[in-house]
Amino acid sequence: MFSISFRHMPARITSALAFTVLASGAIAQTSQPVKVGLMLPTSGTFAELGKTVANGFKLYVSENGGKLAGRTVQYVELDDESDPSKASENANKLVKRDRVDVLVGTIHSGVAMTMARVARDTNTLMIVPNAGAAEITGSMCAPNVFRSSFSNWQPGYASGLLAARKHKTAVTISWKYAAGDESVRGFREGFEKGGGRVIKDLNLPFPNVEFQPLLTELATIKPEAAYVFVAGAGQVKFVRDYAAAGLKNSIPLYGAFITEGTLAAQGDAASGLQTALHYADGLKNPKNEAFIASYRKVFNATPDVFAVQGYDAAQLFAAGLNAVKGDTKKKAEMIKAMENAKLESPRGPLSFSKSHNPIQDMYVRVAMGNKNVMTDVIVKALADPSPDCKN
Amino acid sequence: MDPSLFLIQALNAVQYGLLLFLVASGLTLIFGVMGVINIAHGSFYMMGAYLAFSLAAFTGNLLTTVVVGLVLTALIGGLLEWALFSHLYRRNHLQQVLLTYGLILIFESLRSSFIGDEVHSVPVPAWLDFSVPLGSVMTYPAYRLFMSAVCLLVALGMYLLIHRTRLGSQIRAGASNRDMVQVLGINIDWVYRLVFALGVALAAFAGMINSPVTAVAPGMGAQMLIVSFVVVIVGGIGSVWGALVASQLVAFADTFGKVFVPDYAGMAIYLVMAIVLVWRPEGLFKS
Repeated sequence: MFSISFRHMPARITSALAFTVLASGAIAQTSQPVKVGLMLPTSGTFAELGKTVANGFKLYVSENGGKLAGRTVQYVELDDESDPSKASENANKLVKRDRVDVLVGTIHSGVAMTMARVARDTNTLMIVPNAGAAEITGSMCAPNVFRSSFSNWQPGYASGLLAARKHKTAVTISWKYAAGDESVRGFREGFEKGGGRVIKDLNLPFPNVEFQPLLTELATIKPEAAYVFVAGAGQVKFVRDYAAAGLKNSIPLYGAFITEGTLAAQGDAASGLQTALHYADGLKNPKNEAFIASYRKVFNATPDVFAVQGYDAAQLFAAGLNAVKGDTKKKAEMIKAMENAKLESPRGPLSFSKSHNPIQDMYVRVAMGNKNVMTDVIVKALADPSPDCKN
Repeated sequence: MDPSLFLIQALNAVQYGLLLFLVASGLTLIFGVMGVINIAHGSFYMMGAYLAFSLAAFTGNLLTTVVVGLVLTALIGGLLEWALFSHLYRRNHLQQVLLTYGLILIFESLRSSFIGDEVHSVPVPAWLDFSVPLGSVMTYPAYRLFMSAVCLLVALGMYLLIHRTRLGSQIRAGASNRDMVQVLGINIDWVYRLVFALGVALAAFAGMINSPVTAVAPGMGAQMLIVSFVVVIVGGIGSVWGALVASQLVAFADTFGKVFVPDYAGMAIYLVMAIVLVWRPEGLFKS
């Protein structure tokens, strides 16, 4: 039985292929898998975040039976190692060798910016599921480049509004690099909008984690509040140093990502910290509850903001693909549909600004145990004004 | 800057410098005695911190963790010396760098597959989990003061070992003339193995005792490695005393760089290195 059917198969496949080629190019294309290039870190400092974003993306696709707009999804995955010097080569590999239909990536802003340049030069559709660099939807913005996460300005601005509810003066502490500067700029704008005044910006070289000298300075300046932007291991060390220096009660600390994904390691030192972000653990809305249940079933873990960003990258791509019934050749129509997409995200309603950056609600969260629990909304439908985008 | 603030910042610097010394001393020892450039030194620092994290769950107290961790890492060091490094003493530095770079990749992969890529922390021992008031707003964590005391003890111990014991004189002799020491009937292979194990254990020890005040995270060794090399080069390759002085110099440059010229703080330690190298190309204390 088996040997017979096997012997006949090649002939059938050939004739089927010949038929589709003769019939129409469009049909041939839409019957083939749609190729998704996932360029994310699976090694190095950001490995955990990279894997979580990929999980989120794949979850949405598998919820739809492994297909988007009727086409099977085929992944081409590549470890970007968060290394900007390899970014151009890696992105080109996915675009030119693997001919992916969409480039999805990444965590590291420097790598994402190089990817965006490649995407723009080759007119490849691209979705950034994390990197918050202003340029991506600012000076470098392009019709074919979207972001499903945030711009560094957004959580900074929301944190500024939050701190201004109770305080009149603040000092910022950040790593001296693009993300830190952009986040602090956002904080200052939000804080001033709320009637406060930033009296000093303290910073240290990225990724130096010897915070003690800055904490000493902060203690002598004695502002009413402090805002911090550091990432990864720095988050854990900063929050614990802050508490150990006895500043937690005397100078309330605010941040955006400062407690994100690191609460277990921060322990009591983080308890009660208020942050502003576009997602909160266990956010109460039907979509999020379904998302959490579905994610738990597949990955046996609780999803976080990074999983949401990956999930929404897939949703956004699907919105474009559905509008053209899977025909990726109709790029202009796809982009139009993505620009106008009104997505139901686990984070709440999600749409996109002219610069292709998310328009989203920003939540106030308070750290309790291992969760950043939402207490209220600090600003609804916040869009980055992206003044440098000339789209 | 008023005097009390200056004193607190100086305390910050001394404390950071002592930790740098602890990491750099193992590096300078291996470099100075055996001439091996060990860029995997940061990985041993990371190994110590991860051991502290993993063992903390079993032992429940820092002292047991440190003792078990020291034995384990010294064994690992000795084993690596026997299997890999002993074949490299007469090879050139490029090959040593290649081998040790390979080790970094292997250790990072092992860490990723066995423990994962999340950021962890280790609790401060309960009996040291308090702070000393310092000025009106700030407090200073007792554990940091404890760490400084431990680092000073280690420095003293190393001085005594190298300058006041028989093994110490063998180590010093081995560093200056390996063949001559062998002719005198001393088993230099074992001396080298011991020194290498000691160097690895020192790096791991630094990782262990620093773990309660830092984050245990992927890539944590890389940053430490770079500063350690700066310390070793400024102090003079192979000189433990030089490493002690240089670590203070580097820590003061880092601390006061952040305070006075925050925008250029990243350059401060390299500026110190450049100035020292122009003035004394072989470092402050040539061994």
